[in-house]
Amino acid sequence: MSETRAAPAHQFDDFEQQYEAASLGMWAFLATEILFFGGLFLGYTVYRTLYPAAFTEGSHHLDIVLGSINTAVLIGSSLTMALAVHSAQVGRRQAIVGFLALTMLLGLVFLSIKTVEYGHKFDEALVPGAHFVYDGPFAPQVQLFFSFYFIMTGLHALHMVVGIGIMAVLAWLAWRGKFSPTYHTPVEISGLYWHFVDVVWIFLFPLLYLLGRH
Amino acid sequence: MNATATTPRVHYLNANYGIASWLLTTDHKRIALLYLATITLLFFIGGAAAVLIRLELITPAGDLVHSETYNRLFTLHGIIMIFFFLIPSIPTVLGNFLVPMMIGARDLAFPRLNLASWYLFTAGSVFALVVMVAGGVDTGWTFYTPYSTHYSNSHVVLTIVGIFINGFSSILTGINFIVTIHTMRAPGMTWFRLPLFIWAHYATSVIFILGTPVVAIALSLVAIERVFRVGIFDPALGGDPVLFQHLFWFYSHPAVYIMILPAMGVISEVITCFSRKRIFGYTAIALASISIAVIGFFVWGHHMVVSSQSVYASMVFSFMSMLVAIPSAVKVFNWTATLYKGSVAYQAPMLYAFGFIGLFTIGGLTGLFLASLAVDVHVHHTYFVIAHFHYIMVGGAVMAYLGGIHFWFPKITGRLYPEGWAKFAALVIFVGFNLTFFPQFLLGYLGMPRRYHFYPEEWQVLNVMSSAGASILGVGYVLPLIYLVWAMRYGAAAGPNPWRAAGLEWQTSSPPPTDNFERTPVVPEEAYAYGPKEEAEVV
Amino acid sequence: MWSNLPLFPEQASTHAARVDELYAFLVGVSVFFASLIFLLLLYFAIKYRRRSEDEQPHPVYGSIPLEVTWMAIPFVLVMIMFLWGASLYIALASPPADALEIHVVGKQWMWYFQHPEGQREINELHVPVGRPVKLTMVSQDVIHDLYVPAFRIKMDVVPPKYTTTWFEATKTGTFQLFCIEYCGVAHAGMVGRVVVMKPTEYERWLQLGTPEEAPVVAGARLFQSLGCSGCHAANAAVRAPLLAGIYGKPVPLATGQVIIADDSYIRDSILLPQRHIVAGYHPVMPPYQGRVSEEEILQLIAYIKSLGGEPLGRGMTQR
Repeated sequence: MSETRAAPAHQFDDFEQQYEAASLGMWAFLATEILFFGGLFLGYTVYRTLYPAAFTEGSHHLDIVLGSINTAVLIGSSLTMALAVHSAQVGRRQAIVGFLALTMLLGLVFLSIKTVEYGHKFDEALVPGAHFVYDGPFAPQVQLFFSFYFIMTGLHALHMVVGIGIMAVLAWLAWRGKFSPTYHTPVEISGLYWHFVDVVWIFLFPLLYLLGRH
Repeated sequence: MNATATTPRVHYLNANYGIASWLLTTDHKRIALLYLATITLLFFIGGAAAVLIRLELITPAGDLVHSETYNRLFTLHGIIMIFFFLIPSIPTVLGNFLVPMMIGARDLAFPRLNLASWYLFTAGSVFALVVMVAGGVDTGWTFYTPYSTHYSNSHVVLTIVGIFINGFSSILTGINFIVTIHTMRAPGMTWFRLPLFIWAHYATSVIFILGTPVVAIALSLVAIERVFRVGIFDPALGGDPVLFQHLFWFYSHPAVYIMILPAMGVISEVITCFSRKRIFGYTAIALASISIAVIGFFVWGHHMVVSSQSVYASMVFSFMSMLVAIPSAVKVFNWTATLYKGSVAYQAPMLYAFGFIGLFTIGGLTGLFLASLAVDVHVHHTYFVIAHFHYIMVGGAVMAYLGGIHFWFPKITGRLYPEGWAKFAALVIFVGFNLTFFPQFLLGYLGMPRRYHFYPEEWQVLNVMSSAGASILGVGYVLPLIYLVWAMRYGAAAGPNPWRAAGLEWQTSSPPPTDNFERTPVVPEEAYAYGPKEEAEVV
Repeated sequence: MWSNLPLFPEQASTHAARVDELYAFLVGVSVFFASLIFLLLLYFAIKYRRRSEDEQPHPVYGSIPLEVTWMAIPFVLVMIMFLWGASLYIALASPPADALEIHVVGKQWMWYFQHPEGQREINELHVPVGRPVKLTMVSQDVIHDLYVPAFRIKMDVVPPKYTTTWFEATKTGTFQLFCIEYCGVAHAGMVGRVVVMKPTEYERWLQLGTPEEAPVVAGARLFQSLGCSGCHAANAAVRAPLLAGIYGKPVPLATGQVIIADDSYIRDSILLPQRHIVAGYHPVMPPYQGRVSEEEILQLIAYIKSLGGEPLGRGMTQR
């Protein structure tokens, strides 16, 4: 991932092997991420089954409009990411940089909206811990719901921040002309990572925001 | 042994000099040695904790240290030995060194990630050591809630951070091995020509990547609860402390297969070389490794039989636990059968292999006691369990680790170790080990609970026997430290293949050049190609 | 010296001897296979020892029949171990209906035992010989575990819910009791004794004890003082399920589920009432988490259990 590639890295025989390795490596890493988030999803599912009323109650306090906008924003960012990868495949340097920048922008929009949502929860005293205040029924389990809300969306947001950082590095490398149709592996595998982050949100959104809304 | 064994002029150890060439290396062989250094240090720290524990248990009263200290000692012993010694040991030292060589590659798929793994491991260990100096942690290595989240007054969060960072090291190593084995095999090296050491590391790596993240999230939630008091496992909020146990054991049971599968890989290599014969039942052993990894993900509830888990769940876990014993039994029988009509030599690696097979068999059989529900109810959390897992981990994995270190010592250093001392140390370890841990089976069935700082008088005789054994075992472990370090400097030159072993790693010089092979090897035949034929030309 | 090295704890319960039988089978199988491997290794290592440096034995690849055999035989053996162990375990999970019910509270670092007649004990449990005893246990803080080696019983004692185990002692005497789930600094000191007495002596012991308020009586008092009767009485201002005769009967919940009103249900309904809303009622009961101790919960349960009559208040669907 440094100077313009005249040859693959020394441990590889050719570019094809290098690409295969990088790709398999990223898929293996994504498997670990699935298990990592999986533990949280399992915990959430267990408590949702035990306390359906409380969790539905908690879910109603989430802003479904902002959540839906965020979902659209993130899906859009996956589109721009896919376009960035395509640009790399056909060697259009400016397009790579442009689409990566757009992806980053959309990611930042997502995070900004998330910050606004967190701010609302803070104002409503719905942040779990010493300052949690809730007057309705099932207060302790509603706090449990919000614990999961903050931990799961927080972990997701952390992954997005990392992803945006990676995009920045990629954009800089693309600007410097490091990628070509023969070598653009980092863009492809970062694309995989970004799509994964998107998919996690696609599971989080209905589980957290859409409970009991019919 | 070659009469005119020589060391090559340039090899991976002297290709560059200076601290930076080691701390910034991307050569998998140097990284293996970096791991060897840190792991050895941590092993002796964990061992020191064990020495203090066994000293305390010589007398029934808690008279050597206070209970607070004792609880921190057994916690530290468990955390260091499991997370910072056993889990990394064979994969990061022997695996890192040998996986590329055994498949004919120049390095692992991601050399810089490999170096990052070592830095993460070291950083995690630094946290563990800081915790130790700052007063320790007293939750047991199992961190059960609500004790760890609401009641312990020790450095729980700091410890968890160290283990979490270390977990990333495991994950990156696992990814590296899987990708390397899939994509970088030399021409002719098909899957069923791979050495069983590689199969073992492949299966281990699958567990690394699928299991580690779950314990990472489980421990993260404990840390979050401690810091923010949000109550995921807090009964007062309707949380369930037993949920933690499920998340914890989902990793920690497969973790034991992370610890034993690489060891089994070492044994397959040693047994074949020192019987000078192909392994009996290659396919059976390869498939057994994968089966153990897979079935091992479905048995975690056998740690929770009396936890308030449902009767039906316990029965399913008991059944699956019985099943996972079968592939291990298959391996033991196949190794034994490999000796049949072989040409058996008794150098130290083989002595360690014999010790492994015997002690692993006992350890594995006692696992059946624990899998059998009614007996498990009686011996759960007693010294019976402690004896069981030490037979597998110490009698098994550590002996395989030492056997592997001795077997590949000539390849790694280019020198021979002193065989007499090595045999003597292996014997001391075997005797010391059995004296330490066999009495603990008896103590366990009699009812002695684990993690007890003091105990009823009638159990003193067995405890004294165990502590006496521990002192012998300690001597046994110090001996290799001394003579191996000596041999690194003063040992005789080994030559490329002092054992006349099969395997690609033996077809290059000792120590190997930085890129492992002068030319990429081509693999014309199956692994362990021993047998009457012309002597293969040695490079 | 050998007489000082016993291999088994005493067998003092109906269950103990059966567990030891299974243990003996396991030991036998283990000794057989361990010896087999040891002897084969020794025999092969000696018989086939390397006699010259240039020896090259012929390869033996394997044998499918042998592989199948040494998978099939262990499989049969482990299935026997599984079925035998499981059947004993199921028996251990099935206390007889007429068992003497003792309630246990574990807390750092002591055991509290409550007899149905009112006797309370700390760290010591008196029981009659030859009669099944069921222990219903809960923890007030961290996870503990009650273990009596001589009975071969063990069960975790956890904070949010009741766990149960049972035994029938077969001989009189005093037997060690341990906490066997690490629970903090004084874990090793959280020990006790089970004192098994002849039935007549047990009766005498019950009467000799300090006259305690029977749990039922204490429970009736708490029912008033904690405000329960303010709603759970026939002519209360707030509509709440009436509790007469509900113990052990099915209760229909708002979710459509039907649950049996056992000890756990009553305990949950007191501490976290939103967990189980009865069909036809609003979730307005305040939680008593933190306002009532485990001992008091046991007394309330005893009182509710004592209420006879037909369960009232079912069937109304107004929400």
